[in-house]
Amino acid sequence: MKHEIIIAGFGGQGVLSMGKILAYSGLMQGKEVTWLPAYGPEQRGGTANVTVIISDERISSPILNTYDTAIILNQQSLDKFESKVKPGGNLIYDPYGISTAPTRTDINVYTIDAMDTALAMGAAKSFNMIILGGLLQICPIVDLEYVMLGLKKSLPERHHHLLPQNEAAIKKGMEIIQLKEN
Amino acid sequence: MEEVRLMKGNEALAEAAIRCGCDGYFGYPITPQSEVMETLMLLKPWETTGMVVMQAESEVASINMVYAGAGCGKKVMTSTSSPGFSLMQEGVSYIAGADIPALVVNVMRGGPGLGTIQPSQADYFQTVKGGGHGDYRQITLAPASVQEMADFVSLGFDLAFKYNILSVILADGLIGQMMEKVVLPPYQARRTNEEIRKECPWASLGRTADRKRNVITSLELEPGPMEARNLALQEKYRTIEANEVRFENVGCDDADYLLMAFGSSARICQKAIEIAAEQGIKLGLLRPITLWPFCTEEIQRQLSHIKGILSVEFNAGQMVEDIRLAVEGKVPVAHFGRMGGIVPTPEEVVEAVKSNFNL
Repeated sequence: MKHEIIIAGFGGQGVLSMGKILAYSGLMQGKEVTWLPAYGPEQRGGTANVTVIISDERISSPILNTYDTAIILNQQSLDKFESKVKPGGNLIYDPYGISTAPTRTDINVYTIDAMDTALAMGAAKSFNMIILGGLLQICPIVDLEYVMLGLKKSLPERHHHLLPQNEAAIKKGMEIIQLKEN
Repeated sequence: MEEVRLMKGNEALAEAAIRCGCDGYFGYPITPQSEVMETLMLLKPWETTGMVVMQAESEVASINMVYAGAGCGKKVMTSTSSPGFSLMQEGVSYIAGADIPALVVNVMRGGPGLGTIQPSQADYFQTVKGGGHGDYRQITLAPASVQEMADFVSLGFDLAFKYNILSVILADGLIGQMMEKVVLPPYQARRTNEEIRKECPWASLGRTADRKRNVITSLELEPGPMEARNLALQEKYRTIEANEVRFENVGCDDADYLLMAFGSSARICQKAIEIAAEQGIKLGLLRPITLWPFCTEEIQRQLSHIKGILSVEFNAGQMVEDIRLAVEGKVPVAHFGRMGGIVPTPEEVVEAVKSNFNL
């Protein structure tokens, strides 16, 4: 099994940390992982993206041209990456901040109202964990118990009291992700 | 104890430095390798192993601190990125001239000049052919994974001390910034001064009653002795060329065409091999791990059955010259590369194979 994922949005949305938690979760479950950020000045308020690969075997290129799953968190990223999803792959997006919806019909398109849900939960920073929950619902790449272990490894100890809140957000994301009918 | 972690290449390198018993790190921050010193500062090894970590006022200062530490037989290192490595070239040449061991890490970015902070492999010539003055060589290790970023620290020091030479880890921004699984080596104690005196009798670690003082210098004004020094250096380089060539052969022996690539570029080529196989094209990958000494003999061994070689580099074509020297015109050799911090995709590599060899 190999799953190639791109997560793309604005800097500050938790794109890189979501990727890191996902990669750490894969590691905890004994898988091979790579996490490659687009680093540089574009992270400061501009677009940010990270490529995460989780595999049962040694990973060759960390740089990819097409992806099994794209998680899209702003319009620029949708414009850039919609065409890069492999036929039959998945595109997950939060309609918040998207003005032109994806149009491809040869991929599975999912929506997740993560921003609105995070605000309703009174935990805006849980936004990225809601998205992660959505991803895990449609692609169970890693088991939830390993995600929690990965989360614990990625969070500094002073934030460990937030683990239950993050777990709740992941579970919420699993509930609210929806397949978009064409 | 070994430890499995998810780390950036730069972070893994810093951890490995502490664990291999490094005595001192002297550096000056520059993207994309600033995490090396940041990680060291965070881990505060001066409180545990006693390793010194110092931010110098410039790269010129940091390489000269390395020169001084190395002259005392200490395991010392610095890390930088391309423009910083250029600034260090005077010190690098002096270290070569003084015949002492040290480790320099260059996490390459795009140039020339200040260029870009994105990944590049355009410092191959500078490192392999000598960026400083004089007839000298340095052992050059090219890591292609976060694991190798960690492993090559102790390998680099071991080789440096085995031959009294500078080892260079030539990485790039992609390996530095990427996170992967890494198994960290167990802690190794720093050597005591007594141990250093025994292993490095040349070290200027304070004169003892039983010997004359040691002098560390690259200056020798008499032509005769200076030529003798040069001949001794050359003899050492021939020994290293005979004994220390390292490479990885991925399916070369039953390939029709070879890709040659080092560092991150080799990772992209591995994926290109998978894509090409689906199209019925049999590619192999010969990945030099040491860029100097270079795997000339292994290339020549492949010439009996291959139809061509494509060198894939993040530059305008540098390693390809050494490949051509090895091939001596016996098969076509081509280059494919991107510059300016652009990293080619595996699909582009496959296209380049097809267009260069008319497939």
